[in-house]
Amino acid sequence: MANDKVLHVNDDEFDNKVVGNSLPCLVDFWAPWCGPCKAIGPVIEELAEEFDGKVLIAKMNVDDNPATPGKFGIRAIPTLILFKNGEVVDKITGAVGKAQLHELINKAL
Amino acid sequence: MQADYQLIIIGGGPAGLSAGLYAARGRVKTLLVEKGAPGGQVLLTDWVDNYPGFIEGVSGFELIEKMTAHVDRFGLEKKFAAVTRLDLPGPVKTVFLDNGEKLTCLSIILCTGARPRKLGVEGEEELTGQGVSYCATCDGPFYKGQEIAVVGGGNTAIQEALHLTKFADKVTVIHRRDELRATRILQEKAFANPRIDFLWNAQVRKIEGDTNGVNKVQVAFKDGSSMDLAVTGIFILIGVVPNNEILPLEQLQVDDAGFIISNTEMETSIPGVYVAGDIRSKNFRQIVNAVGEGANAELSAEQFLAGRKHEADPH
Repeated sequence: MANDKVLHVNDDEFDNKVVGNSLPCLVDFWAPWCGPCKAIGPVIEELAEEFDGKVLIAKMNVDDNPATPGKFGIRAIPTLILFKNGEVVDKITGAVGKAQLHELINKAL
Repeated sequence: MQADYQLIIIGGGPAGLSAGLYAARGRVKTLLVEKGAPGGQVLLTDWVDNYPGFIEGVSGFELIEKMTAHVDRFGLEKKFAAVTRLDLPGPVKTVFLDNGEKLTCLSIILCTGARPRKLGVEGEEELTGQGVSYCATCDGPFYKGQEIAVVGGGNTAIQEALHLTKFADKVTVIHRRDELRATRILQEKAFANPRIDFLWNAQVRKIEGDTNGVNKVQVAFKDGSSMDLAVTGIFILIGVVPNNEILPLEQLQVDDAGFIISNTEMETSIPGVYVAGDIRSKNFRQIVNAVGEGANAELSAEQFLAGRKHEADPH
């Protein structure tokens, strides 16, 4: 199920690859110990396929990267934050369905 | 009579996956529809210690992974889409999906499940994800070395309070009665755990916080007194509410809380419509009874389909 269209970002790359990106960017903050995070994994991969070239779909492992989640006050996962021109457009916490993620992404299109 | 499927199962938690397993093995032309990914509420569980056969226990995620692999082994067809509406009364039932698709079937099993109940107090909604949580296994690790609260006194609350002591320095269980409902072995563990404190006969009035998230909760006691409890997180584990929004409640028999009533064979008040798992009106919501009901509902559906085989001809 590996999908190279999902960008795995770390703390060091975040400013450059997400905040500084000219495309809207949806970041899925997740961790390996979180069941709902794993459950939405396939949906995230489908979105990456679907929005290829229009919206950057990225994932950040909060276990390995404490700085960025701290900066955005993340205390629950999965949290999905939508960025556009470096600004937070909106966010969703919890394992939601694809339709809700579509709705979220559309806010940046 | 023609329909797309003999059976459609709505929901891919333990009940739906169990029904799907029986259907696939019974060679019933079946579709399982799930809005997110399979799993349901089991995914919110840190550790399942009461599923027979898993001697050392199993994580909620692993249990679902195995149940999904099990239905895949028998080739169950699955579709990931949200159901928007159901047309149930006639001999051919229609399932409307959010992608515009319309699927027909001759029998249906409702396994839509339940979701965590909210407290309904000030601050809860605003601070969800910023200190208010309904999933200890997801969010526990964010509270390393901190002081937090758990609301509830049932199995889920106590199980997750114990799990949270792996991270938090202190876990205060806020319970509205003077004794726990949780099973004995969990009670014994909780009372023996030096990191767990209890506030009895207590109810949360209000959750307060700032831009950094939750910083305290107001607790009111039965005797009229009250206190502020300084915590950075509050885990609300006070039972469930039914996922019944897509169901035609005026056509089904439901209980006062909105759960679907069935007989012991999982038949609802509509012929050909069955129910299994947490959405079913009952006393106890356990993974093991969800899977038992899933199997029972599917076998009832098979019997129903057999009785009308002469007219049913799914292509």
